[in-house]
Amino acid sequence: MTEISDRIPPPAPSVPPEQIKAIPVRHYGRWVAGAVIIGLLVLIGIAFSNAKINYGVIPDYLFDPGIVTGAWTTLYISVLAMLLGVVLGIVIAVMRLSSNPVTSTVAWVYIWFFRGTPVLVQLLLWYNIALVFPILNLGFYKDEMNQVMTPVLTALLGLGLNEAAYMSEIVRAGIQSVDEGQTEASHALGMTQGKTLRRVVLPQAMRVIIPPTGNEFINMLKTSSLAYAVQLPELIKKATDISSTSLAVVEMYFVACIWYLFLTTIFSIVQYYIERRYARGSSRSLPPTPLQRMRKYLRMFGSFRRPEVAR
Amino acid sequence: MTSLAKDIAPSTGGQPMVRAEAVHKSFGLSHVLKGIDLEVNPREVFCLVGPSGSGKSTFLRCINHLEKINAGRLYVDGRLVGYRQQGDKLYELKEKEVSAQRRDIGMVFQRFNLFPHMTALENVMEAPIQVKRETKAVARERAQQLLDRVGLGDRIGHYPAQLSGGQQQRVAIARALAMQPKLMLFDEPTSALDPELVGEVLDVMRDLAADGMTMIVVTHEMSFAREVGDSLVFMDDGVVVESGHPREVLMNPQHERTKSFLSKVL
Repeated sequence: MTEISDRIPPPAPSVPPEQIKAIPVRHYGRWVAGAVIIGLLVLIGIAFSNAKINYGVIPDYLFDPGIVTGAWTTLYISVLAMLLGVVLGIVIAVMRLSSNPVTSTVAWVYIWFFRGTPVLVQLLLWYNIALVFPILNLGFYKDEMNQVMTPVLTALLGLGLNEAAYMSEIVRAGIQSVDEGQTEASHALGMTQGKTLRRVVLPQAMRVIIPPTGNEFINMLKTSSLAYAVQLPELIKKATDISSTSLAVVEMYFVACIWYLFLTTIFSIVQYYIERRYARGSSRSLPPTPLQRMRKYLRMFGSFRRPEVAR
Repeated sequence: MTSLAKDIAPSTGGQPMVRAEAVHKSFGLSHVLKGIDLEVNPREVFCLVGPSGSGKSTFLRCINHLEKINAGRLYVDGRLVGYRQQGDKLYELKEKEVSAQRRDIGMVFQRFNLFPHMTALENVMEAPIQVKRETKAVARERAQQLLDRVGLGDRIGHYPAQLSGGQQQRVAIARALAMQPKLMLFDEPTSALDPELVGEVLDVMRDLAADGMTMIVVTHEMSFAREVGDSLVFMDDGVVVESGHPREVLMNPQHERTKSFLSKVL
């Protein structure tokens, strides 16, 4: 039996031949471009520092209880709406791919509507759903719709159902990216359609699904600010509330931006690790985590040995 | 040495393992199978050869109902494939019943089709756990044995991308055997392999044949067919042109079409 290691050529000799010493090509264009860009950045910086903005108050409000609860609301409404979007998105994607013409048409119409109208309008429609259904009657539960549709529920439905339309297209692309041989192999082993989807197709589709989903989530963190229109006390609502009494209007938007940047940064990092998890089996070795990469660089600086070959 | 297929399910009575009666299959306008009649006996190694496009792979895929036949009857171990007959009427089987039929039929693909997100061991354990509801411990033990037997006992933790083509195909054979099938279908199992890796896969198949597994093999490996095969069918353009014992057909073909094909591949 031939082992893979047998076929790897012997390592190159460790002493390199004499290095070439040549005068490098001068890239004058790069110097000019660099100088222009730095100049522009400096000008923008000067403009902002001379603006009538009281930067001193920003740190004071950064951890204001109102702002912190607003950021928390932004975070949890985004997570919940995203969860709703992902679950419903998978269902709609499967419906869209189904051979039943009714389910696939319904899925198509759903995507057509929820992708084709603005989220703000959808949020306002949910806010006013009592005009259509004044009374909610579930048999075991009955109440006036206006009582049921709290800002949180309105935002959740508005953002989540809209997200589901986008997610379903992402999931569909992921499912269709999986080789048909995979489905055949699992059918040949006696696995049913549902098992095949859960155990074989979706785990492989994840590799295609996750990067755009991370993108969607980061989008969601910011789009949730529209829920301010339906009275959800999220970050922007809280920031404007404070600015109306403190008169620090733009400063409060800066505070909100810092929080949004903080949240998106955290989730970009989380996304990197999730992607790494689902990369299993798609390449011979996983890419290093930022921590591992940093340790490697440190080792390189610590000693001038050649960096170790990645496992 | 443990046997590769020690638990081959006994066939019910003296009937053939596979019986095809005037099987037809079309894809849209192209008529791929034009009336295939053949019988495969238990413990037989049955080779299907022929030019590409002759319908041999399609026929193989009909046997476990990956393709639906358009006319004729196809029986595996005495049971109609994909349908139930009551009187003159045929009823399509439900998805669950089709899956149950496929459990007893192992299949090995040209392109391996291992699950890339699972290790070799997990690939082999997957179906017994998910389909037969075996416990992890039982499935793991047999998976380990099977991988040992195909010579990959030291590769159980590797993902398919970390294995060579020949190793992947041997894992795929172990995966099919884990369901303890009574019939194995091989769809050009060595066609996607580097020439130097073909031998290791054929060795495993030879062992399996020696253990008495019923095997239907679509192949271009004429030497394997001659050595291991019990029967051989030459197909061209959707019909069986010639059949018989591999040595007779390969050494002394009767039909012009067989002669011209064999003169090119032998």
